[in-house]
Amino acid sequence: MSPRTFNWFKYSSPTTFYPLAGKLVPWFSTLAVILIFIALYIGFYVAPTDYKQGEGYRIIFVHVPASWMSMFIYLVMAFWAILGVIFNTRVSGMMVQALAPTGAMFTFLALWTGAFWGKPMWGTWWVWDARLTSELILFFLYIGYIALHSSIDDKRRADRATAILILVGVVNIPIIYYSVEWWNTLHQGASISVKSGSSMASTMLIAILIMTLGFWAYSIAVALARVRSVILERERDTHWVSELAEIKR
Amino acid sequence: MFKAFYTVVKRDLLLAMRNRSDILTTLFFFIIAISLFPLGIGPELDTLREIAPGVFWVAALLASMLALERLFAIDFADGTLEQLLLTPQPAILLVLAKVLAHWLITGVPLVLLSPLLGLQYDLSSEAIQALMLTLLLGTPSLSLIGAIGAALTLGLRGGGVLVSLLVLPLYVPVLIFGAGAVEATVSGLGGAGHLFMLGAILLLSLVMAPLATAAALRVSAE
Repeated sequence: MSPRTFNWFKYSSPTTFYPLAGKLVPWFSTLAVILIFIALYIGFYVAPTDYKQGEGYRIIFVHVPASWMSMFIYLVMAFWAILGVIFNTRVSGMMVQALAPTGAMFTFLALWTGAFWGKPMWGTWWVWDARLTSELILFFLYIGYIALHSSIDDKRRADRATAILILVGVVNIPIIYYSVEWWNTLHQGASISVKSGSSMASTMLIAILIMTLGFWAYSIAVALARVRSVILERERDTHWVSELAEIKR
Repeated sequence: MFKAFYTVVKRDLLLAMRNRSDILTTLFFFIIAISLFPLGIGPELDTLREIAPGVFWVAALLASMLALERLFAIDFADGTLEQLLLTPQPAILLVLAKVLAHWLITGVPLVLLSPLLGLQYDLSSEAIQALMLTLLLGTPSLSLIGAIGAALTLGLRGGGVLVSLLVLPLYVPVLIFGAGAVEATVSGLGGAGHLFMLGAILLLSLVMAPLATAAALRVSAE
């Protein structure tokens, strides 16, 4: 390989990825705290009260970003799973493993805040609506991944087996995303779209986007912190781990 | 290639015929599960008629899931599976053959039995027809999708419970459109749309599921 091209595989080994992840974690955690704080401030104090839904709509600032993240993290997991299958890199499987609990958490958060929103607006905590049901299935997919991964002792084999499961489950993502357009059910249609722009006040949109970025930074920080533990756990018998300063201490 | 396909199907059917209790267990589970609902809900025929499509479909789902365990487990235990994977024929073809045999053993009896059980729920003849048609279109998808879960959990402790966790979420679309088709037919809307969706799911799983199952078997059998 010529010296000018960047070697993408440099960080595909746990030995090099572990310190990199350690360096990135504080940056992303700080970013996450700042962004989430700003978004909450705009959401609670700056954004106008909705003329139809009153103050209760403010849960949107958590609900929408959490739902986006729940789907997006699954796609990221699928991306790492594909990389792991193609290049047989070890860090890929570890990243998938590190992302799964965060994804499950956001899915649960989306369902939970949705229930809080549904009670005052629809008069019920839960309806068997297409989008709610498919989001629930996404939650089951996360749980299924975690269960399958933890029941296979050989972690390399677990990575490969769960990669198949994740790729099968990816079918669900477009179903969730388009469910409000395909089926005319209780959950309202998307207020924000790439094509026609947003149908809400711009301060609300800004707050949602900042919150999304904040959740994004949070997910990266948590996933990187968790992947470090995963690396230590799986590589505990190797020489380089025993040489680490924090292990020697 | 087709000879190999035919041989695997024939072998699995022969094995199932020699050990009939396996087939009958699934079938009786289906019957018992369906008979439990009137006992729990009460014998009002109007209610029963309304819930019948859902009950039949959920029972079919669970029955086909319970039967998954024997799809690969016995062959895996005695080493046949490894030999099958080592043959020059593509693994996808062998997976398809095994799934077909599995469906013939566990899926078709459910389809054939459903009219009889439908009478217990006082279903009209057109509802029974719709039910049979949806089961006929839907149960092969269940076998195909379930094969992925069966292959992934091969040889794991607690495999049976794990299979349900992995496979049931993936069964949901089949359940929705299967039960939906019967309900739409009964209410006079016409179940064609739902049936087309069931057919689409079947075609999609026919193409994709054997690929995933073969890959999962390779991971599990090494």
